[in-house]
Amino acid sequence: MTLLGIAPALPLHAAGKYVAGAYIVFVLVILIYVAIMAVRLGRMERQLVELNRDLERRDQAATEQDRDPGSTSAEPESEPDAATGSDAHREPAPVSGSGRLGDSSL
Amino acid sequence: MPTYGKGLRGLSILTFVTIAVALILVFFYVPLDATQGFIQKIFYIHVPLAIVSLCGFVFGGVLAVMHLRTGDRRYDLRSYVAIHMALIFGVAALLAGSIWAKASWGHWWVWNDPTLVSYLIVLLMFATYTPLRFSIEDPERQARYASVFAIVGGAFVPLNFIAVRAAQEYVHPRVLTLTGSNLPGPMLLTFLVSLLGITLLYITLWKYEMAAKNTRIQMRALRRRLLGDDDISPLQRSAAPSL
Repeated sequence: MTLLGIAPALPLHAAGKYVAGAYIVFVLVILIYVAIMAVRLGRMERQLVELNRDLERRDQAATEQDRDPGSTSAEPESEPDAATGSDAHREPAPVSGSGRLGDSSL
Repeated sequence: MPTYGKGLRGLSILTFVTIAVALILVFFYVPLDATQGFIQKIFYIHVPLAIVSLCGFVFGGVLAVMHLRTGDRRYDLRSYVAIHMALIFGVAALLAGSIWAKASWGHWWVWNDPTLVSYLIVLLMFATYTPLRFSIEDPERQARYASVFAIVGGAFVPLNFIAVRAAQEYVHPRVLTLTGSNLPGPMLLTFLVSLLGITLLYITLWKYEMAAKNTRIQMRALRRRLLGDDDISPLQRSAAPSL
């Protein structure tokens, strides 16, 4: 005899919670997945903002270099000008990850 | 780089509508089962989830074959996402099935049914896929080994299915057989709409995940072009393909 054979049909009031439970599990799994994806999307958005900021900073540095070709402003990590010994045109150090802003290969 | 977000909006709407129609059919159209009564309505969520998850594992295996044939790492990424999604659907199927078992048989789990136990084995086997990936540091080796695992696992699913079908003693009811279905018309219609809805959900979430991963990879590449390799922090060890 199988288990199914000895299990009677549950009345509606008793079966309802099980059916609801099964469908809620399904919805919950989807919701948890969507929540995780939302967190990832938020992280990606922050990275995009950071990327935009870096791009703007690079463009700004390139513009200033065009305006004053003799300046070493595009190389924040460079040594002071050997001829003058001055670092008057040096740009302030970038906040993050912009050490290669003046890289012509970009 | 391919774009996976294309058509995602239309697909999402179609998925939502299909699942909504399926739920309406389940709760307002299909008659109550003569033997099990209201509890049988779990069938319309549990079985499609189980079928789609198993097909997802096979799909992952097929993509892994493509990866090994072409050497294109994008197939590895697709295979990884396919297995990842199938695992999520599998867990949902297992939980829904457990609830049904408790209501129907009085137990959350029975060990003497080949269908249940074999499904658990498949699920546990694929649960080791992500730790396996994580354990291999070299991305090339990781992709290759993971593909071999996915192919073996994917091939195991139909074999397992045939073995279970050949079993003589089981507790699980046999509703869908190779010669057709034992379901009456309205039940079959509802089941097929549910199956379509869950399949569309799987495809939508697969595309969604692929689009997210693809965007992250492209953003990293863009950042590398903008700032140079030295300014990008090295990738942390991960189970996910890095490309």
